[in-house]
Amino acid sequence: MSYLLKTNLSKIIGAAIAVLLFLSAFLSSLYFGQTAIVVDDIVQAFTSFNSSSINQLVILEERLPRAVLGSVIGACLAIAGALMQALTGNPLASPSIFGINAGALFFVVLSITLFSFTSLVQIMWMALLGATLAGVIVFMLGSLGREGMTPVKVVLAGAAISALFSSMTQAMLVLDENGLQQVLFWLTGSISGRSLDMLYPILPFIVVAVGVSMFMGNALNVFATGEDVAKNLGQKTTLLKIAIGVIVIILAGSSVSIAGAIGFIGLVVPHITRGIFGPDHRWLIPLCAVLGASLLVSADVVARLLIMPQEIPVGIMTALIGTPFFIYIARYGLTKR
Amino acid sequence: MGRQFNIRSKKNTISFQIDVKPLIITFLLMALTVSALFSGPGFGDPFFSPVEIGQSVFGIGNVGNEFIINTLRFPRSAVSLLAGFCLGIAGAILQGIVRNPLASPDIIGITGGAAVAAVSYISFFQDTFGIQWLPFAAIAGALLASLLIYVISWNEGVTPIRLVLIGIGISAAMQAGTMLILTMVPDYSASQAYIWMTGSIYGASWEGLRLLLPWALLIVPLIIMYSAILNVQELGDDTSAGLGLSVQKHRLVLLLSSVVLAGAAVSIVGTIGFVGLVAPHIARLLVGRSFSYLLPSAGFIGGLIVFLADIVARTAFYPSDIPAGIFTAGVGAPFFIFLLIKHRNKF
Repeated sequence: MSYLLKTNLSKIIGAAIAVLLFLSAFLSSLYFGQTAIVVDDIVQAFTSFNSSSINQLVILEERLPRAVLGSVIGACLAIAGALMQALTGNPLASPSIFGINAGALFFVVLSITLFSFTSLVQIMWMALLGATLAGVIVFMLGSLGREGMTPVKVVLAGAAISALFSSMTQAMLVLDENGLQQVLFWLTGSISGRSLDMLYPILPFIVVAVGVSMFMGNALNVFATGEDVAKNLGQKTTLLKIAIGVIVIILAGSSVSIAGAIGFIGLVVPHITRGIFGPDHRWLIPLCAVLGASLLVSADVVARLLIMPQEIPVGIMTALIGTPFFIYIARYGLTKR
Repeated sequence: MGRQFNIRSKKNTISFQIDVKPLIITFLLMALTVSALFSGPGFGDPFFSPVEIGQSVFGIGNVGNEFIINTLRFPRSAVSLLAGFCLGIAGAILQGIVRNPLASPDIIGITGGAAVAAVSYISFFQDTFGIQWLPFAAIAGALLASLLIYVISWNEGVTPIRLVLIGIGISAAMQAGTMLILTMVPDYSASQAYIWMTGSIYGASWEGLRLLLPWALLIVPLIIMYSAILNVQELGDDTSAGLGLSVQKHRLVLLLSSVVLAGAAVSIVGTIGFVGLVAPHIARLLVGRSFSYLLPSAGFIGGLIVFLADIVARTAFYPSDIPAGIFTAGVGAPFFIFLLIKHRNKF
């Protein structure tokens, strides 16, 4: 597989550019929007906050949480996608294709409409449960048959499970119309209007999961040579697979519990990152995080500007960006393996 | 093969071979459909007997019943049966031409295309031009989507697996497009479009029936005439070319009719999923693989599925009226998984 940056020096420079890209996406997320803001407002909001300035309030109360949540969720989904692609050796593997988003979403809706959960931690645990359930079912269905896990089977199983969970979600919502207002925003996937308080209870889990995945690069590189080879080299592959599974579930499930079903980030970002930095997971995982955060934050900025004064939910934006990618991989990427 | 008999004209220019068992089953399904049409409107509160329904429909019944039966429930039964009929046939044709048991208009994105077009029409044009052009818009969307899928999957021919994979991708894009339009338009049109989109039949009226019926009457006879060609097509491209069939031309006609049927049905009842997948499979179990029986049976079964889903949807959770599409997906998705397990060594 060919990729852009081959030497370590060029990779370091590339990584620096990626970080700059992320910073500029983050700053433009603070800057652009319906309320016109000058750069001074942003500086003052952080250095000498003046609560009577509407612009500064908009920055701190609305745009900052949005940018932070976008970064965290983008990073989580991209890492989850990279790990899933490493685990399954399947270029189409990602949380949305595996039905994990739909499963988590159904359990979120269930916990709100049926059990009237209000605490975000409870909702998050339900999301994790749903993510696990959907992921395990699709994984099992995808691995049936003589040839083991083929991309086509996984995609088909994921599509069926997604359809099943979405129809149940819809049923819950039709039965409980008040619930619809509360959960409408999870349905399309959005990071607007959420406060940072939502993030804090979940943050420890995310930090641990992201932290562990950053140190898995070596193990993943060994695993990528093939499971048999990895076993012979002394790797505890079962343990590794379980660890990856748990991390993926935590990352994808907690993303859904905050922002709803945002698809295709986990599919697109690992491919882009691999195309630039190559298949070495020690580079791949951290850079997926950076680029995933950049992509989601910039998609959110564009979603905000495109049809002002209205906004497009960012989940729709990522789907529109991601589908051509999916089609490209389905057409050309599958034959290589 | 069961019992069969032949009908021939004197000089043997025309001859049919008729299998008895599939013929009987097809007629049974037809009878079941007719009885569903006249008993379906009775379910609910208040309950009506088929006799009362018949009387009302022909204008000799109790005037008090007439509104509920004639205006509310009868069109609803009729529309659900007819839309299901179209979807069932569309699915059977599609499975025949791509020779893939998992193909159906909704999985490979054809109904998704119809949905985008229909939602845009409802949101932007319905107030100006009226509802009667909605089927045309939906059919145009379905045609565009299928064209897109076909062109993108083309790479020295179209393999069924690539078609399905790319169809799933296209259908995700179409979904996003639909949601995009819904967020862009004013709330009133959005709620109208949303109600339509969930695959609900509760707005069904005589007008819906009037809009849908011409398409069914136009396409279905054509397709029944084509069933012999479908039988040959299913043998594979090389074999059918060897048997003297111009494969690409006929495939185009068949694909177009499948798309038109699906698009027309979707324009009236919204995206009711999985009917086009399930109905042909049940029909194949009952009447075998010959398309002259398979097509009508798949149609009748499709109609009965949508009809039953709608009855359950409007009675089981009374007074809530649940979109029938939820039930068809609830039954259809597990069935799809079953098919996936059954054909696990094929993919």
